[in-house]
Amino acid sequence: MNALDASGDNLVQITDLTREFSSGGGFLKPRRTMRAVNNVSLDVPRGKVTGVVGESGCGKSTLARLVLRLLEATKGTVTFDGKDLSTQSQAEMRRLRRRMQMVFQDPYSAIDPRYTIRRALLEPFQVQGEAKSASEAKATVDELISMVGLSPRMMASFPHQLSGGQKQRVGIARALALRPSFLVLDEPTASLDVSIQAQIIDLLESLKEELGLTYLFISHDLSLVRYFCDRVVVMYLGRLVEILPGAGARPRHHYAHALLDSNFEPDPTRRKVVTMLGGEIPSPFAKIPGCAFAARCPAANDLCMRERPPLTDLGNGHMIACHNPMD
Amino acid sequence: MALLSVQSISVSIGKLNPLDGITFTIDKGEILGLVGESGSGKSLTAMCVMGLLPRIGGAITKGSIVFDGCELIGLPEIEFRRLRGKRIALISQNPMTSLDPIILIGAQIDQVSKLHLGLSAEAAKARSLDLIAQLRIPEPAAIHRAYPHQLSGGMKQRIVIAMALAADPDLIVADEPTTALDVTIQAQIIQIMVELVRDRGLALMLITHDMGVVAQACDRVVVLYSGRVAEMNAIGEIFAEPKHPYTRELIRCIPRLGQEPGSLKGIPGTVPSIIDYPDGCRFNPRCGDARELCRAQVPALERKSSGLAACHFSEV
Repeated sequence: MNALDASGDNLVQITDLTREFSSGGGFLKPRRTMRAVNNVSLDVPRGKVTGVVGESGCGKSTLARLVLRLLEATKGTVTFDGKDLSTQSQAEMRRLRRRMQMVFQDPYSAIDPRYTIRRALLEPFQVQGEAKSASEAKATVDELISMVGLSPRMMASFPHQLSGGQKQRVGIARALALRPSFLVLDEPTASLDVSIQAQIIDLLESLKEELGLTYLFISHDLSLVRYFCDRVVVMYLGRLVEILPGAGARPRHHYAHALLDSNFEPDPTRRKVVTMLGGEIPSPFAKIPGCAFAARCPAANDLCMRERPPLTDLGNGHMIACHNPMD
Repeated sequence: MALLSVQSISVSIGKLNPLDGITFTIDKGEILGLVGESGSGKSLTAMCVMGLLPRIGGAITKGSIVFDGCELIGLPEIEFRRLRGKRIALISQNPMTSLDPIILIGAQIDQVSKLHLGLSAEAAKARSLDLIAQLRIPEPAAIHRAYPHQLSGGMKQRIVIAMALAADPDLIVADEPTTALDVTIQAQIIQIMVELVRDRGLALMLITHDMGVVAQACDRVVVLYSGRVAEMNAIGEIFAEPKHPYTRELIRCIPRLGQEPGSLKGIPGTVPSIIDYPDGCRFNPRCGDARELCRAQVPALERKSSGLAACHFSEV
């Protein structure tokens, strides 16, 4: 299926992507606008796992939806395999979605509770107007279900009869039904127990090798992202603050550092004294002229308050948006 | 003598038996971690200690819970009320629901020391302001006058901790106190909570599913699996030399810095359902070392070279 993809290193290119949401605007309330995703540019290299990490409200899930055009961008472009998504008609978008799919955080609400697993797995074909004969349908469902390590006996089950891990496997099988080349994984393991989370990550790793997939992996769990991803993108308040080229790279942005520092290692001999970040994440409605992290940053100066630091390359693809990076 | 001693308690709720022979102790000044996955019985154990089980229609069918020399099982509700909040305090998972949304923050904290310590309104307020400051919340006076919805999740959880500390309890039961929070906030709250507990020499029963939090904060750990104790040991031994295969596998499920790609495997299978527990050791369907005996006979919680474990075949 990769033969379909035009050549080029980046399957997805995100340029100056911005999404605004507004609220209020009633009789007494002035209309307020927030930028959930604020001028983000990012390349997603083919065949790799790009991880996006950040805390709640940093815009990572909005970014995931924008990349698949499940949300329209306010500004900026997403190109998938050389095609600008914003210029595609609905019919063209539907065809393109065969090649780009999403796995959602909550497997409980991602599958229609009244559908059997079999019907849930055949739904993507229906949407694409591909009717299947009974024998074709059975073969397809059998293959998908065994691909994600479930037993074909589960085909007739309803979602409520499955455990959380099994449901997420169904979610992955359905995303793979149309043989996409690109998957957006939006916190696929956040609602699962750790022993099941590790199973799902293991499954995603082997499917990626087997099917030559490209992943955009959204998570709040830095240790998981560092394990699973080839490149780690750190977001804060809608902005991209640092791109780490590999799992071993040491963060140099003060926020990325704090995020890493907050991650307790499962090792009692490596306890740490946490650096207390002052303050709270600013309101997303606040207009911040400078660096979004400046109000909480130990190294912030006047320049940080005044001017937004551009994302600059430190070499080897290590990018950082900071006026005073750490050593 | 231990401050709290839980001896082989079993619980039934209707026809279900979600806890079977839970045993552990907490000493004064000790932080005990209670870990396990969903359905392992962590929160239910907390409810037993807090005497809240009857509220959800459950009952302790056997065993004993002794707190500071006093048997809690069968204790009349009126006497339990004198312990709850006063000597045993609870911090629950969700700060959004443990604060009353229409009562000022200050009034909610004040009430604890007024009720349990008999303080006057002024003394209670001074005490609350001091506690708020100790939880490193800026501008205590302003917070004292605020409503819960005006605070972030992290701030609300700090207020809940302040309330738990307000009556100078001996034991705090914290049920997943940071699970609903972001990681940077979680790290700060765990740090502050541990400092305050240590400074005051309080005992803390910290319930969590996060082995990172356990490694950071606890002195001793009880690992629960499907309503039974799998293992209990000092923190160093739990991580360096786990005696139960479940503990070993659980630790392996957390990705570490520099871990080889492809080496994270998880534990095969799923946690068994409470209506369909396997015979013998409840971990046997997922255990790589399970043998005939494991499927036939429930392993007793026995003393090993260090700590206690419930496994027929754990070495030493």
